[in-house]
Amino acid sequence: MTKQPILNVHGLTMDFGGIRALNSLDLEVNSGEIVALIGPNGAGKTTFFNCITGIYKPTAGDIWLTNPKTTKKNSLKGLKPNQVTEKGLARTFQNIRLFPKMTVLENVMIGRHCRTKAFIFGAIFRNAATRREEQSILEISYAILEKVGLERFADEFADNLPYGDQRRLEIARALATEPLLLLLDEPAAGMNPQETAALDQLIKQISREGQAILLIEHDMKLVMSLSDQIFVMDYGKKIAQGTPTEIRENPAVIKAYLGEEVDA
Amino acid sequence: MDYFIELFFSGLTRGSIYALIALGYTMVYGIIGLINFAHGEIYMIGAFTSFIVATVLSIYGFPLLAIVIIAGIAAVVWSSSYGFTIEKIAYKPLRHAPRLSPLISAIGMSIFLQNYVLLAQTSDFLPFPTLIPDFPFMEPIAHIVGSTDLMILVTTVVVMIALTFVIKFTKIGKAMRATAQDRTMATLVGINVNNVISATFIVGSALAAVGGLLIASHIGQINFYIGFLAGIKAFTAAVLGGIGSIPGAVLGSLILGLTESFATGYVSSDYEDVFAFMLLVLILIFKPSGLLGKATNQKV
Amino acid sequence: MFSLKELKKGLLTSLWFVFLTFPIVVIKVDPIARTVVWRWENVAYMAIGTFLVYFLVRFIQYRRENRPKPAAAREKTGSIVHRILQNPTQRVFLVAVVATIAVFFPHVLSSYQTNVMTTALMYVVLGLGLNIVVGMAGLLDLGFVAFYAVGAYTYSLLNLHYGLGFWTILPVGGLMAAFFGVMLGFPVLRLRGDYLAIVTLGFGEIIRLILENWGEFSKGPSGISNISRPSFFGIELGLEQSIIYTYYLMVIFVVITIFIVNRLQDSRLGRAWIALREDEIACQAMGIDKRKTKLVAFSLGAFWAGIMGVMFAAKTTFVNPSSFTFLESAIILAIVVLGGMGSIIGVIFGALILILMPEYLRALSEYRMLAFGGILVCMMVFRPQGLISNIRRTYTFEKKLPKN
Repeated sequence: MTKQPILNVHGLTMDFGGIRALNSLDLEVNSGEIVALIGPNGAGKTTFFNCITGIYKPTAGDIWLTNPKTTKKNSLKGLKPNQVTEKGLARTFQNIRLFPKMTVLENVMIGRHCRTKAFIFGAIFRNAATRREEQSILEISYAILEKVGLERFADEFADNLPYGDQRRLEIARALATEPLLLLLDEPAAGMNPQETAALDQLIKQISREGQAILLIEHDMKLVMSLSDQIFVMDYGKKIAQGTPTEIRENPAVIKAYLGEEVDA
Repeated sequence: MDYFIELFFSGLTRGSIYALIALGYTMVYGIIGLINFAHGEIYMIGAFTSFIVATVLSIYGFPLLAIVIIAGIAAVVWSSSYGFTIEKIAYKPLRHAPRLSPLISAIGMSIFLQNYVLLAQTSDFLPFPTLIPDFPFMEPIAHIVGSTDLMILVTTVVVMIALTFVIKFTKIGKAMRATAQDRTMATLVGINVNNVISATFIVGSALAAVGGLLIASHIGQINFYIGFLAGIKAFTAAVLGGIGSIPGAVLGSLILGLTESFATGYVSSDYEDVFAFMLLVLILIFKPSGLLGKATNQKV
Repeated sequence: MFSLKELKKGLLTSLWFVFLTFPIVVIKVDPIARTVVWRWENVAYMAIGTFLVYFLVRFIQYRRENRPKPAAAREKTGSIVHRILQNPTQRVFLVAVVATIAVFFPHVLSSYQTNVMTTALMYVVLGLGLNIVVGMAGLLDLGFVAFYAVGAYTYSLLNLHYGLGFWTILPVGGLMAAFFGVMLGFPVLRLRGDYLAIVTLGFGEIIRLILENWGEFSKGPSGISNISRPSFFGIELGLEQSIIYTYYLMVIFVVITIFIVNRLQDSRLGRAWIALREDEIACQAMGIDKRKTKLVAFSLGAFWAGIMGVMFAAKTTFVNPSSFTFLESAIILAIVVLGGMGSIIGVIFGALILILMPEYLRALSEYRMLAFGGILVCMMVFRPQGLISNIRRTYTFEKKLPKN
């Protein structure tokens, strides 16, 4: 499969008052790739996610999302978060944001919202088209739950799930929106080694099915095991880019992580 | 010109009263992020307590000065006690509940207190005794600024100075500011947040009680429902100034008082209350952070 | 639990409340006649009352703390009402009983009782309407009564000036209220929850004050009288018949509303509302248009209020601004909160309890608003999920997706 670019970010800059949180950042993700974004705490990784998903309005820069099948290119700049998701960028959150008082299955069904249409009329009269659509929402959502291995909890409230499963549910919910690119914000945060290993398997499995993934992660073992490309950020700037092996040996990266005094 | 000055002073008077009530809203909001909907009722209870005490004392033939002092103290003591108790009953159990729960509880408390006073006292308007005599030295300008207006302005200024002092320099004031900025951190450095919250309610209620006493003697009559409108207007003033900000509450109150005064004086008195509500709706739509408030970005 | 320490705390609490309520509950002055009445007996009532309430509260807390925690199981099976509704035979039985009562009610009881029941049913519909906004979408609307007023005045004015009938105006009133809902909702729905609540309250008061002061338009505080009652296929009915007819109309309205709200709740839109209530940011990140979804909830709720406004005007044949105060909004809110936010059956129970109880317990009617206020506080503190909490629908499709 030839690699086609899905996400192109050019010169992305974000100022908060006088503080430049992102400084002219460039980044691209190709189809089928797993790309990791790493960097010390406060480097601006989550700000980067918030900018490309429309939660913050970036001060400058361009964001392009290309559908590899139709090669249609969309600018995401200035879109609202829900429009960004509609265009094909879905995310998870660093601090889990599920819908706690909805069932696990319903959480995933919410993800289908932007791919379905029924509205007031359909809801009240429940015509054939609406019934078909509801059925498809159910079936697709259940299939996704099976994929992440949560189908046995389908009718539980989301906040009754164990922590690691809540993170998996967030991924399931994001997958339900049929994203071109899946953004994972620290998916392994707070997980124990077993849960992290299972997550590693899950991400690889999703990736094998052709899903492009961009993830922020602190767990270096996981990053090195998963990524095709790694981008390293510090103080809002990109300081390195390359394959896991290249990054491991990059002096700038080592300096950013360990401080000045260490000679590479 | 006299008419203009008269309106100006009447606006300042109104504004001062709103400020006394608005401070309670803004302080509570600053600390626990709750719109204390029952705050208007605290003010009403302050007015009722001073009314009852003052009338009893005057029937028993106390001198005017003693009546003013005792009624004032009674209003402050009871209003503060109500404020303290309401927080313990209706808000404290909900400190970790979803944001709207304490607001609904506050609305319930407000309705409860109104009807409590209605049932225990009366639904009629009651004539409030004259507590502030016409000062002889005010005679030349009495047609523009009344003696009660003067008293209200003076009292408000004194109370504001005292409050500023408390918040800036006392231990509890510093604890309040710390808690308002970061409750978790305040707990970690050893501040008893529950006490700080109680203190905030007590101080806010005491200010409202002073407001209640002053406005009741200014207008000359009270009933169980006066808290609702005064509460909403003071809240409008607090939001106008930027809720959570103490100077903002004072500024907002003065602007609201003057606007109302001039609008009723020059435009029409029918829509007096509509102005306040319109102002409230417009500020919240266009500048919800208010004049002196800080816009907050929700963290994701 | 009944240790000496507890007893002491109980005594102190009751002493505190005696002190707190002293000036207002004990002293009653007449400033004109210059007399003071000292109602000392109230001290005793207050002391004993608070003492008992204190131990009641402690008892509830004690039970809550010491209850074994099968929380998940409990949530799933739900209350007894849910169990009945989940069992098909029992459900049919229950519906049959309710239907029989509903049908024979006006023939067995007096027209006064029928009228009271009609009012209660109107509150059921209003509660269900507000439930869409507050319970499902989580938007605290304190100006709900404004939309009720819009409906009522739409009918009253069009009836007064153009003689238009109930059935013509019914949808117009609803649409008019929905239009107001959109007009207000568009700018304010981006506000945070508590600000939204206050803005809607302000809007409700503005509407009422305009109706009160703009005499040429609305006839001011004196209101509009002689509004036509609902006609029966063009036939004007007598008073007695009209009461019964209005009652049946309301029964039909309630049934239709339950049907529609139920379907909305189980739809794509209903799920989006609930998700929006749970977490707005996550909701947007899932591709839900926050503004549009909120606006639909807000205006649908307003639509129901408008319809009921028309109904109200037609039933009482008289409207004036004092029917549309903030307290009215608070009553409807109390219904939703008592019943259980988001729960259809809960809201029905809530409305029937809150509207019928004061009617039938005359002694209590004086304490009606006091109780409503108290209910709001107590429900929030002790049972935020309401009397009958909403349980989420579970989907079964093992047949559809056989494991291999």
